[in-house]
Amino acid sequence: MPLKQQLIALQSMLIREYLRFMRIWVQTVIPPAITTILYFIIFGELIGSQLADIGGYRYMDYIAPGLILMSVITNAYANVVSSFYSSKFQRHIEELLVSPVPNFIILTGFIGGGIMRGLAVGLVVTAVTVFFAKVPLFHLALILGVAVLTCILFSLAGLINGIYAKSFDDISIIPTFVLTPLTYLGGIFYSLDMLSPFWQQVSLFNPILHMIGLFRYGWMGIQEVDPVNSLLLIVVVIAILTYTCLQLLKRGVGIRP
Amino acid sequence: MTTPLTPALQIKGLKKTYANGVEALHGIDLEVQRGDFFALLGPNGAGKSTAIGIISSLVTFSEGSVTIFGHDIIRDYAAARACLGLVPQEFNFNQFDPVCDTLMHQAGYYGIRRQDAEKRTQRLLEQFDLWDKRSVMARELSGGMKRRLMIARAMIHEPQLLILDEPTAGVDLEIRHNLWHYLKEINSRGTTIILTTHYLEEAEQLCRTIAIISNGRIRANTTMRELLDQLDSEHFVLYLKTPLPHCPQVDGYALHCPDPRTLEATIHKGADLNRLFSELSAQGIDILSMKNKTNRLEKLFLQLVGHHFD
Repeated sequence: MPLKQQLIALQSMLIREYLRFMRIWVQTVIPPAITTILYFIIFGELIGSQLADIGGYRYMDYIAPGLILMSVITNAYANVVSSFYSSKFQRHIEELLVSPVPNFIILTGFIGGGIMRGLAVGLVVTAVTVFFAKVPLFHLALILGVAVLTCILFSLAGLINGIYAKSFDDISIIPTFVLTPLTYLGGIFYSLDMLSPFWQQVSLFNPILHMIGLFRYGWMGIQEVDPVNSLLLIVVVIAILTYTCLQLLKRGVGIRP
Repeated sequence: MTTPLTPALQIKGLKKTYANGVEALHGIDLEVQRGDFFALLGPNGAGKSTAIGIISSLVTFSEGSVTIFGHDIIRDYAAARACLGLVPQEFNFNQFDPVCDTLMHQAGYYGIRRQDAEKRTQRLLEQFDLWDKRSVMARELSGGMKRRLMIARAMIHEPQLLILDEPTAGVDLEIRHNLWHYLKEINSRGTTIILTTHYLEEAEQLCRTIAIISNGRIRANTTMRELLDQLDSEHFVLYLKTPLPHCPQVDGYALHCPDPRTLEATIHKGADLNRLFSELSAQGIDILSMKNKTNRLEKLFLQLVGHHFD
């Protein structure tokens, strides 16, 4: 398939993915905003007002970047896993499988969907954040870069989940038992300094901690993780997941009996 | 390499064993010539859906090779798939997409620019009487409309080879006849068609070549005429103008009267109907109408796949 046609195919996939989550925007874009408002009211205002500042910031301000990134993570993942699994369930994945679209374009299309929804939700949650927290903008390019890389990483993870899923239950197991715990333990609501040295070391194995640390660094300039090492870790994880996804698509796991 | 003589489809030694150990295909060989209207028939579980799945890249295979217009479906998959249009047995479009989007997305997957895709989409939706439904969610269409939508989608990239897996299952007579007309038309314009169906009269009416598959093996692969010539006898039902007091006898024909106004005749290969009509006329028996008691292809089909035919 010539490059120009591959780009047209990718454009079609991106339009399809965009229409898919925007058709149900009340279920996809609005809920994260409401959840974030609740976090700000309960953790930020009611509980946070009783806590000391962290790194020179009010608790409400400190948790703001983590809350934005949590929405990005959850939605990038949810978009790809539900889109891929429902295309398997309704069998319209076959539209792609019979077509000349190469696997890496299929992969890019699904990742693109995850990025679009992750960033759309991130933008809405950021807009909500403005009403509750005062967060300086330390490094815009880093913020956008980390947001996009986070979307890519969790889109890939969502795709692997979607490939192996055999029922709707299977697409909620990973978010419930893996993603949510790792996100909550990724330093959204606390600083790494608050943990004992042992748990600090354990936490460093959690990739979400690095993403949130980098994202917070981009917003506030608070350096809780080494930015270069963390970026490198994210890129390596993305590379591993991309290779895994392409191998699974090539072998037809879960889609070609 | 593709030449004017390259078959539309060439299958060599195709084997498929599923992960659960079921051997669906035992090394089938099949060739479909360009421009042919080809019937692939077989009972449920015979392996025809597996074969179609492999041809259209929906199912992996264990051994053998498949080429579409000379393009290997593994090594040269993009060119092979670009030649192929598939109308599967079950609905496989996004039920929540508007009808128009179903075709637009599919056009994009084949690298068709959006401006061209819009024109093709309108032309096909009008052709299949779905233009008024273009903004309706696909799940809201009737069964017949959904079937037409799948055919329109398969035609969006104007494939050289169209595979239809039971396209008329569950559609009413009018739609079926319109579809037959459409398929004959595109076949006459050069599109090679492979059809699977459980309506054997459909295959007999439309197809020039036939393969019968059973238990993962090809049992027959020949022209429709040659296959039908294998019949050693045919059964006809004659409807009579006046009731008969007793069943007539005619040498060389086995006659049977299920009721006084109906005569059933078994005609063996080589015997002709004219003599039967003359003999009956001589006995003062007037025939109002006649029909073939069983579909001729149906009888052969059952013989080939090993079912007893009464």
